[in-house]
Amino acid sequence: MTLETILFYALSFVSVGSALMMITRRSPVMSALYLILNFFALAGLYLTLHAQFIAVIQILVYAGAIMVLFLFVIMLLNLGDEKKLSEKMSYKKIIPAGLSFGLLMELLYIVSYAKSDLPLTHIERATEIGTVEYVGKALFTDFLFPFEVTSILLLAAIIGAVVLAKKKLD
Amino acid sequence: MGMEILVSTAKFLIVMTVILVSVIILVYLERRISAFIQNRTGPNRVGPYGLFQAIADVVKLLLKEDIVPKNAYKPVHDLAPIISIGAALSTFAVIPVGNTIELFGTTMKLMIADVNIGILYILSVTSIGVYGITLAGWSSNNKYSLLGGLRSSAQLISYELSMGLSIIGVLMISGTLRLDQIVQHQTMYIGGWLPNWNIFLQPVAFITFVVAAFAETNRLPFDLPEAEPELVGGYHTEYTGLKFGLFFLAEYANMITAAAVITTLFLGGWHLPYAENLGLSAFTLSLLQVLAFCAKVTVILLFFIVTRWTLPRFRYDQLMDIGWKVMLPLAIANVLVTGLILVL
Amino acid sequence: MLEGYIPIFVMLAGGAAFGIVMVKLNELFGPKHPTEEKYTTYESGMEPVKSARERFSIKFYMVAVLFILFDIEVVFLYPWAVTFKGLGVNGFITMAVFIFILLVGYYYVWRKGALEWD
Repeated sequence: MTLETILFYALSFVSVGSALMMITRRSPVMSALYLILNFFALAGLYLTLHAQFIAVIQILVYAGAIMVLFLFVIMLLNLGDEKKLSEKMSYKKIIPAGLSFGLLMELLYIVSYAKSDLPLTHIERATEIGTVEYVGKALFTDFLFPFEVTSILLLAAIIGAVVLAKKKLD
Repeated sequence: MGMEILVSTAKFLIVMTVILVSVIILVYLERRISAFIQNRTGPNRVGPYGLFQAIADVVKLLLKEDIVPKNAYKPVHDLAPIISIGAALSTFAVIPVGNTIELFGTTMKLMIADVNIGILYILSVTSIGVYGITLAGWSSNNKYSLLGGLRSSAQLISYELSMGLSIIGVLMISGTLRLDQIVQHQTMYIGGWLPNWNIFLQPVAFITFVVAAFAETNRLPFDLPEAEPELVGGYHTEYTGLKFGLFFLAEYANMITAAAVITTLFLGGWHLPYAENLGLSAFTLSLLQVLAFCAKVTVILLFFIVTRWTLPRFRYDQLMDIGWKVMLPLAIANVLVTGLILVL
Repeated sequence: MLEGYIPIFVMLAGGAAFGIVMVKLNELFGPKHPTEEKYTTYESGMEPVKSARERFSIKFYMVAVLFILFDIEVVFLYPWAVTFKGLGVNGFITMAVFIFILLVGYYYVWRKGALEWD
């Protein structure tokens, strides 16, 4: 087995395991911590695909920034109290459970039956494509318009955050 | 592959030992210098000149009871110092302490991991370090800890922004994220005599980065998380024994890493000006360069210490104002001005 | 390429292992003399009043949200800075427009007083 195969199985195991732990924990803080672990495993998986830049950004933005906000919100709303969170079985749970079961079946069907057109061979230039230099060149030449639109999206998010948090609009 | 893991484990052990020994020296220096500034004697009983004081402290902490308050959440309470120290120790991986060196017939780079993402690795590991403090504050179930942890996390993330932004200018000049190439770029000379160090090319970035580094390492004047008069011990109020020691160790390890990053990015890293013209053998030159790197880091660390014992602490609103209203616009302006100059 | 990351995996694992070993060592060597008073929460010597699991100021949430949004901006700047020399004037104008739009947001945040800690 090559290094990549070993890493792939190890990281897949960690990411699936941490995802399961995340949804089964009673304490929301523990769930958030398992989600961070999951992000780390994902970053590792990106590395096995030679996507170095995406891997480090995964940790910098998702694990390092977005999860801080998650933790803040968990603490802000005082969700640490597990008793308040326990719910009884109700129709509210049955519907999403059914939907997710359906989705799982669809995914299994696609994975097992559908013919993929994606090339399964090893791409020679993969190592080069994952570097920061390549991402930069592609982003600022071929994908220039989506990049500029992102700034509008971020602007909308900034304004939205302020409007939601600040009641007093003076 | 097995060989590589073995080699990197050896490198890790060396780096960890060096960091731990440096922390012991640093703590001793800090206490002696602060004593000198405040006209006291400082530790002078354990060993010659009190040199073994820090070792005695570690042994003392090891033999103390690990107290977890009964309302605390034990798994997270244990995890928080581990995250702090883990992040602090592993940041050093991409910092080049010297140029290439010839050893046992092979040429090797004096850095642990030579990867394309370079400096981004340091930033991402630093951003993980925030959890140590947030979780310590939350899991203790103590009001002082919670407030200290929250304040500190808000401070860390605010200054992470200006830290990230002030690096951009350096990256624009060097055109790479690899720290060894950033240093390599600084070994030239402007006008034939002035070393091409980024501190001369990016003075504004240097200032914003150093200020952000002070805030990121929780050093005075930014040590709000543990402002004693209002928050007792801050996020580690409920920590005892080695778990407290780990937070302490992480703070000093972070200081060393911050000094090393400042040296690498702005002060020419291992570059010793004019030494390459002396006609020394390659091996001697490499050794001299490693010494130059250590000397620069030491100077910055002394600056950290002296600053701590000279300046008063900011108020929290002042701290946030500096971060968001001074540092952030300054860093953005620096990026734009650098871009404009480079384009013209 | 992947081989270059082995030292980083080792460093991360080693750092965490060091922390775990230290915590365990302390549990091993430290004494255990439990008393009721020792395990109460420290509150400057007073009896603890209520739990610390309280709701707190929304400002911390505000800072975290703004941090994420500006952090994403910074993330876009890294590949731009690295390829800057190859992009030339067009690259600079592109990023100037991007930063300008975000500065509008920054100005709004400032004027709305979301950066004030009063």
